[in-house]
Amino acid sequence: MCGIVGLYLKDDALQPELGRRLTSMLIEMTDRGPDSAGFAVYRNGAPQGWSKLTLYHPEPTYDWDALGQGLAAALETECDGVRRASHFVLMTAASAEAARRWIGEHDGDVRVMSVGEAIEIYKETGLPKEVAARFGLETISGTHAIGHTRLATESAVTTEHSHPFSTGRDLCLVHNGSLSNHNRLRAWLRRRGVEIQTDNDSEVAAGYLTYRLREGASLEEALEAAIKDLDGFFTFAVGTRNGFAVVRDPIACKHAVLAETDQWVAMATEYRAIAKLPGAEAARIWEPVPGEIYSWERTGMNAGETH
Amino acid sequence: MTVDPRTLRSSSSFPPHVIAEIQRAADQGLYEIRGFGAKRALPTFDDLVFLGASTSRYPLEGYREKCETKVVLGSRFAKNPIELKIPITIAGMSFGALGANAKEALGRAATAMGTTTTTGDGGMTPEERESSKTLVYQLLPSRYGMNPDDLRKADAIEVVIGQGAKPGGGGMLLGQKITERVAGMRTLPEGIDQRSACRQPDWTGPDDLEIKIHELREITGWRVPIYIKIGATRVTYDVQLAVKAGADVIVLDGMQGGTAATQDVFIEHVGIPTLPAVRQAVEALQGLDMHREVQLIVSGGIRSGADVAKALALGADAVAIGSAAMVALGCNKPVFEEDYRALGTEPGCCHHCHTGRCPVGITTQDPELEQRLPPDHGARLVRNYLSTMVLELQTLARACGKSHVHNLEPEDLAALTIEAAAMAGVPLAGTHWVPGR
Amino acid sequence: MARLDLAEMSLREVNGELQALEAGVNDLDWRVANPQGAHAVAVGLTAPIRLTIEGHVGFYCGGMNQNAEIKVEGHAGPGLAENMMSGSVRVAGNASQMAGATGHGGLLVVEGDTSSRCGISMKGIDIVVKGSVGHMSAFMAQKGHLVVCGDAGRDLGDSIYEAILFIRGKVESLGADCVEKDMAPAHREVLAGLLAEAGVDADPSEFRRYGSARKLYNFNIDHADQY
Repeated sequence: MCGIVGLYLKDDALQPELGRRLTSMLIEMTDRGPDSAGFAVYRNGAPQGWSKLTLYHPEPTYDWDALGQGLAAALETECDGVRRASHFVLMTAASAEAARRWIGEHDGDVRVMSVGEAIEIYKETGLPKEVAARFGLETISGTHAIGHTRLATESAVTTEHSHPFSTGRDLCLVHNGSLSNHNRLRAWLRRRGVEIQTDNDSEVAAGYLTYRLREGASLEEALEAAIKDLDGFFTFAVGTRNGFAVVRDPIACKHAVLAETDQWVAMATEYRAIAKLPGAEAARIWEPVPGEIYSWERTGMNAGETH
Repeated sequence: MTVDPRTLRSSSSFPPHVIAEIQRAADQGLYEIRGFGAKRALPTFDDLVFLGASTSRYPLEGYREKCETKVVLGSRFAKNPIELKIPITIAGMSFGALGANAKEALGRAATAMGTTTTTGDGGMTPEERESSKTLVYQLLPSRYGMNPDDLRKADAIEVVIGQGAKPGGGGMLLGQKITERVAGMRTLPEGIDQRSACRQPDWTGPDDLEIKIHELREITGWRVPIYIKIGATRVTYDVQLAVKAGADVIVLDGMQGGTAATQDVFIEHVGIPTLPAVRQAVEALQGLDMHREVQLIVSGGIRSGADVAKALALGADAVAIGSAAMVALGCNKPVFEEDYRALGTEPGCCHHCHTGRCPVGITTQDPELEQRLPPDHGARLVRNYLSTMVLELQTLARACGKSHVHNLEPEDLAALTIEAAAMAGVPLAGTHWVPGR
Repeated sequence: MARLDLAEMSLREVNGELQALEAGVNDLDWRVANPQGAHAVAVGLTAPIRLTIEGHVGFYCGGMNQNAEIKVEGHAGPGLAENMMSGSVRVAGNASQMAGATGHGGLLVVEGDTSSRCGISMKGIDIVVKGSVGHMSAFMAQKGHLVVCGDAGRDLGDSIYEAILFIRGKVESLGADCVEKDMAPAHREVLAGLLAEAGVDADPSEFRRYGSARKLYNFNIDHADQY
């Protein structure tokens, strides 16, 4: 059980504030998620043809420069990177698959947190305030972000068990709720080649979306299928390259609040996370209808708006 | 033709009671509803024994050398924690399931022994508040009779997520027990079969539970301890989550826990026994460094001072009794035998609480039957029983060299079966072996 | 007129002051400023004061209210006025899930919409919603009235007992044992009274009445598929 937050900036002038605003939203969700916190920010698009990978290693003094240089040399390509605490954002002209393969062979303890063009995922155990400080979230700029504060229910409290979970290129998932059929789904997905590392039910949901998307479904179709195939209680927020999506299961016991102004769209498990955003007083506030998919892109809000 | 008894062989898969049940289902088209707890054989505290005094461990003399039994519950957050004189409380049982005389008897006995009783699905009666000096008020999915005046009168609040007899099931009371008074308390029409919610109405999940507990504390000025009661299923996670949600006390009810009415399939096939549940709960608390900070009350099949001692040795702070308290009051006593037979049962096998025709006047709303249980007589019976259990507990604790019952520890125990050893985390007697470790 | 500012005071201080008020208190008008979505604001009140909350509230605002008249100048989170006993709670905006849950008495008025489970397990409270209510509203509703000027989501009145529902707009679907019933003059009178008390201008004759078919009151094998 947890807290979810999401912030999508319509007004580009607010981009330098993204991290600061997200930090305050995450901290408001501490009570319902004290075990760990994580966020995905979309920013600094990689140059054409390049990929951005966020990597993690538990060793605080891990030699990321050596890794980057090794990768560049081995794949005969360009490579660049920025470290934030235990995470490292690597930009490379190599294909993401080649980079992942090399990294996996080079050092099995390095985890790939996200892959894409704009996405960066940071997550760690600890109180949201501490995790945000560790990664310098306050100073991070970007176009949109989703975040999560975790209260572990049926699996361990570790970095790997934290959300967001990557579900594909520039895609990630955060989850509030508890799935009741995740064990069989995990086995089913693994048999179909989806890599799932933990016993966390949310990772199964992410893996399920990954699978559907890989099989050619659109995000909408994948989420529709998820509503049918996943059993239990869930509110999902999905981060996409150009926006985010929100969906609740049909029984809809886990909360979700949406708010919109001319400058931003925000989503949170509790209104108080949204309360302090600029202009929140006058925002349009509503709750997503269960079983409907709501999504926002740079081009405007999609399906579900009419409800 | 005479039957040669040697050729008669009944089936283990289809023994007589299973045959009878299938034929009853074929006849009635409804699951069997009954009272009492799980009747099937389970690994229990009977499979653990104490290692008493020896050359290296010295017993305490009875009487002069004190063996303390006092327990404090709710020290974590509450302004007014509860001080128990004995580590045995009376579990939540509703007025409705039980008659008023039974509730009063339990209240008086608990008061005399310096312990608590707990309300149930029907809410708080004035009789119980008056007769029970320290009263725990349950917050259940149904919220029958819930009101802030009673909330403020309570000495503790118990948020019920589930009970051992039916983790995942709501309260049940059949029409024959929904009398005018019960119906009034529960805001239901008289004589109907009560359908109850299985989930709490205004929160779902430990993240929301934290907010609910906060609201309850705000309404009661942060004065009283908040308990969370769970049926034994995913005990490790539940205990961790209860701690994180802000509980002062956790009440853990194993599958042997009783009920006045629910489906037989629920009673017999859902939940794990008390024996492994206790160990898991204590380890979860220790993992969070919260053992003894958040207190643990264990229930489900506690029958004697030996059971109490073993539960405490495994790490519980106190136990609660429900079925055993009923039995002390006369449940299944071989009296009024024609009335047992009228129900289709015999003393020793009766589980007919749901009928409201309790032959000994406990789980009934019928004033004539209730007369069979005068409150002060009932109070004396339960008081005697509690006293006996405490003396038994102290006897065992002294034999293990303990001056306080909380100093009993798992290392004072040995297991007699492999299952009990694995479940309790206690070595098999004569070995160092704990299966699964 | 006293004003308590949650930006300056803790929630415990604000609730403590409001809870300490007794019947016969001189100052009947109170305001709470800067709720900013806080939970458990104005819970457990007992004095017949008039309280205005300036902004949006989180969960359980007005929980277990007795006698107070509470106004929320904004939206309310889940469990608004849960288990209210008497008095009133009025919300200018929307209320979230489980508004009026298990309420025993008093009047809850929502000028906007509520989401799912409005009036869940209600035990005598009267709820008037100017907008629409979400799915599973009046689930296991035992007693009281739910008046909805807008629409009702799916599974209205599932497993309903004796509560009475008046709906003006569309009902997406009915829950187990909930049926439409006739609107007699006596019902219209009750409805008119509720609308007047809530200060809602609507014509009772445009509403339909729903309630329990009472087929689940005692188990009958022929109704087994309703379970």
